[in-house]
Amino acid sequence: MDKKKHLLAPGHTACAGCGLSMGARMVVDAAGPNTMIANCTGCLEVFTTRYPQSAWEVPWVHSLFENSSAVGSGIEAALKAMGRDQEIRVIAQGGDGGTADIGLQSLSGMFERGHDVLYICYDNEAYMNTGVQRSSQTPFATATSTSPFGKASYGNPTRKKNMAKIAVAHEIPYVATATVGFDMDLKNKVKKALSIRGPKYLHVLVPCPLGWKVESRLTIKIAKKAVNSGIFPLVEWENGKVTNVRKITPEPVTEYLKLQGRFKHLFADNDEARAHLASIQKFADENIETYGLKS
Amino acid sequence: MKKYIEGSMAVAEAVVLCKPNVISAYPITPQTHIVEDLSQMYANAEFKGQFVNVESEFSAASVCLGAVVTGARAYTATTSQGLLLMSEVLFNMAGMRLPLVLTCANRAISAPINIWTDHSDAMALRDSGFIQLYAENNQEAADLHYQAYKISEDDSVRLPVMVNMDGFLLTHSFEPVDMPTQQEVDDFLPSYKPRHYLDVKHPITFGSMVGEDGYMEVRYNLEEAMKNAFGVIEKVTKEFEQKFGRKFGIFIDTYKMEDAETVIVALGSVVGTIKESIDLMRANGIKVGLMKVRTFRPFPKQAIVDCLKNIKNVIVIDRASSVGSGGILATEIRSAFYGNTSVPKVNSYIVGLGGRDITIKTITDIVGNFANVKVQDSQFVELDHKYMQAGDEYLKTI
Ligand SMILES: Cc1ncc(C[n+]2csc(CCOP(=O)(O)OP(=O)(O)O)c2C)c(N)n1
Ligand code: SF4
Ligand SMILES: [Mg+2]
Repeated sequence: MDKKKHLLAPGHTACAGCGLSMGARMVVDAAGPNTMIANCTGCLEVFTTRYPQSAWEVPWVHSLFENSSAVGSGIEAALKAMGRDQEIRVIAQGGDGGTADIGLQSLSGMFERGHDVLYICYDNEAYMNTGVQRSSQTPFATATSTSPFGKASYGNPTRKKNMAKIAVAHEIPYVATATVGFDMDLKNKVKKALSIRGPKYLHVLVPCPLGWKVESRLTIKIAKKAVNSGIFPLVEWENGKVTNVRKITPEPVTEYLKLQGRFKHLFADNDEARAHLASIQKFADENIETYGLKS
Repeated sequence: MKKYIEGSMAVAEAVVLCKPNVISAYPITPQTHIVEDLSQMYANAEFKGQFVNVESEFSAASVCLGAVVTGARAYTATTSQGLLLMSEVLFNMAGMRLPLVLTCANRAISAPINIWTDHSDAMALRDSGFIQLYAENNQEAADLHYQAYKISEDDSVRLPVMVNMDGFLLTHSFEPVDMPTQQEVDDFLPSYKPRHYLDVKHPITFGSMVGEDGYMEVRYNLEEAMKNAFGVIEKVTKEFEQKFGRKFGIFIDTYKMEDAETVIVALGSVVGTIKESIDLMRANGIKVGLMKVRTFRPFPKQAIVDCLKNIKNVIVIDRASSVGSGGILATEIRSAFYGNTSVPKVNSYIVGLGGRDITIKTITDIVGNFANVKVQDSQFVELDHKYMQAGDEYLKTI
């Protein structure tokens, strides 16, 4: 293959600095040309496949918002039934909404049945395609269009649902978190996952300049800060056990939050805002403690 | 070879003879025996493809979608709530022009929850883009599956097919069913060779977003594919008749139509009861016949108008109602006559919802009263007034 040729071609219609487009390209490049992809509805599907064009250089199918894991299961079953499963790898993927909310049941089914499929969740922490509404992956106190800041609201009232742990609870062989902020780490995790037979889960943090209200040149920087503050730990679980974490010299979470308009209300000069910031710092501290992140 | 078997078993055996690569289904009464029989055949290595036991009908349909898009022949079966849960995927499959055979063991829809037969489930999916065929008995139910794959996979059609058989009345009843040999089925139904499928050597994109510039055209092509299905259904049915010597009509079938002044129109297993009623009424000098609708989608307007245009009275028996509009088959038959010079008197009867028995008396009463009623909106037949009271009022009376 031509070294410069990506399997997710340029010329799609993502916003400038879209972390999701970078993440999806890194994943498919790492997976290689013998890959088939089932994709949920969401930004990625919309900006890559405006008919009659497609940015995908591998076989790719989109059906619905909440069924890429079941469609991926069907692809895998068909390859097995027709004896084509040896050389081909199957990836099912979707956004945080398609994965953790509306598609959680079919994802759980895919894990439980043991399909040889790698599932990738591209987590941009809200429903971006429909205009930045909250999801179960939206962090605490984030302002979104359905959890706005207001007189009676500090943004999203709930914490991020821990998808990696939900995946681990299914006793699948490989689970990991990754981000576009650390591209080699992400690609290595994709390769490692695809070398293992059975269901695998990779949760990839992908900053969205539009929804996070950050400058589009800051995508990679912001993704690194999410990791370096401890708010988004990079962890690998093999057969249920943590086998690897990315060590950090923790920065305060405010270094991460202050660059993003979705957290602007937390920097007001009052006790309530300070209390919310303190809660978020506590979440990061818990991660640092739980996974032994301090280098 | 004739076997005395349960309808579900006949269908399960027919499906395995069609050699699907992937079966995925989720149990729901009265479809359960079909999936259980298929599971046993899988366990016995009589079915050699992949059997994917899923966590819901939504995933069953999605697994089938993934399999078909990969170039496999797939099968699923469901009914009622399961069909509704699948519905988002089913519209999607038709829109993507993916062949599939789905058996619907027709059952009522909740609320109130009720496991018995009627056609509310399949009728709710009438606009999905599925071809819909209705079986009168278990022989026809089994035979429709061999034909359904061939129709579904025809390159000019490429549409999923729903084979409808009445829950319990057919799925759980034992009848002699002639089962063909594997060789006979192989000769009739070649293996599936799709023009497009997911293939790493020729990467293509399925399920693109099509904007306002092209969406209508894609949907127009879907409509055209449905029209193409007329010719393909006819061809496949005739070929089946030649090979297997059995025929149950193409789009419609008729019974004792010569000299008939009144014709009863219906679909599904009630056709058997209607035939018996007709024999009785004819013995009393009443000139009555039957038109059975076998193909409901695509809707065979022409065949229906040709069949009924010289008939005085048409009685349409619907086992479902479009709430707010009435009998669905009746409405479509009336509309088929729009613009025709000779139009029969068509009345619409909603009967047998939620498994209510449709007896010979039900039919003969409708025919007997027909002369006394004008053309009118759909009528619910044989209502029991005590159940029509509010729950608290009714409870006071018992
Ligand atoms: C059943 C259904 N409900 C709602 C929608 C509308 N919808 C399309 S994409 C989307 C949000 C996607 O969010 P996510 O999965 O996080 O992907 P993102 O666009 O953020 O990458 C929604 C709500 C839909 N297409 N289907
Ligand atoms: S809204 Fe966000 S995720 Fe969607 S294309 Fe734009 S930057 Fe990417
Ligand atoms: Mg999202």
